[in-house]
Amino acid sequence: MIGAGKVKHYATVLDKPLSKGKQEVSLSAFAFLFSELVQYNQTQVDNIAELERRLEDAGYAVGARVLELLCHRDKGNRRETRLLGILSFVHSTVWKVLFGKVADSLEKGTEHEDEYMISEKELLVNRFISIPKDMGTFNCGAFVAGIVRGVLDSAGFPAVVTAHFVPMEGQQRPRTTILIKFAEEVLRREARLG
Amino acid sequence: MAPLAPRSGDAVFANIERVNAELFTLTYGAIVRQLLTDLEEVEEVNKQLDQMGYNIGIRLIDEFLAKSNVSRCVDFKETAEVIAKVGFKMFLGVTASVTNWDADGTTCSLVLEDNPLVDFVELPDTCQGLYYCNILSGVVRGALEMVSMKTEVTWVRDMLRGDDTYELRVKLLKQVPEEYPYKDDE
Repeated sequence: MIGAGKVKHYATVLDKPLSKGKQEVSLSAFAFLFSELVQYNQTQVDNIAELERRLEDAGYAVGARVLELLCHRDKGNRRETRLLGILSFVHSTVWKVLFGKVADSLEKGTEHEDEYMISEKELLVNRFISIPKDMGTFNCGAFVAGIVRGVLDSAGFPAVVTAHFVPMEGQQRPRTTILIKFAEEVLRREARLG
Repeated sequence: MAPLAPRSGDAVFANIERVNAELFTLTYGAIVRQLLTDLEEVEEVNKQLDQMGYNIGIRLIDEFLAKSNVSRCVDFKETAEVIAKVGFKMFLGVTASVTNWDADGTTCSLVLEDNPLVDFVELPDTCQGLYYCNILSGVVRGALEMVSMKTEVTWVRDMLRGDDTYELRVKLLKQVPEEYPYKDDE
């Protein structure tokens, strides 16, 4: 009666074939879960910077695993080794898998050589979030910044990644920009590779 | 206005916005990992996960009622079926089966064959006491409490702990009679 025979059993998680990644859950299930993540972390901190750092840490854990998963499943165990390659991997492949679409834009910072920006008009995690006035510049996108940092760091591109709201003309809601500032060593290596 | 016909779990799920289950799975994993680091005691983590689930359940019931058009269930048996076939499907994209009813029809099991929370997961030796999916029991308990049913929800089988499936035992403790939340002005 319990649907016996339907479920296959594997000795360890490693014996189990990797899913194709086509399964879905409802957006609200994710939104509820994410909201609990934010609320729980709020009870663990005294200030906004700390809260963003903790969300970023949670995201980092996701990013590190996403890189491993996608390189194995989608790229035949190869990963990008060049700066633009890895950036477009994040902007296209990672975004497509996690958020169902390619990110709205990927730009190079105009003032600094080591800065890149990924922008999204309505970041998935910010869809149902409105920031109370007393929380100032807090951005739940810190979680996504963490994912990006997790991917980049694990691929050998250490960087500081932050999320910012950028007001848009004619739009009620600001867009979210994920600012990536690569470590010096990354740029030195890039220059050497030519 | 005539009441709208109840919709099947599949129909609701097909018509709502969805996200990749891996984002969901990995985010949940990140939460559990954070709790394990912060709280250290596995027992405390179980409690916190249950509490988070409860918080979700008491809010999720609104969306469930609004989108499923499910009307009042005649008895707890129907309630359990609706949770298994519509509730689980609508939010997690999987269905459960209802089995193992006790004689007086107040305790049953929800058996999950597919569980999107546990992809990629293996419990290390240090976490053997962890009910990894404890958030789900909290959700069921919270949601039922909002429709006047006090329940106790516990895991009896868990594949991460070596069992052959995921089984949630749901026990109806009491049905709270409906009353207005406020007193009439005297």
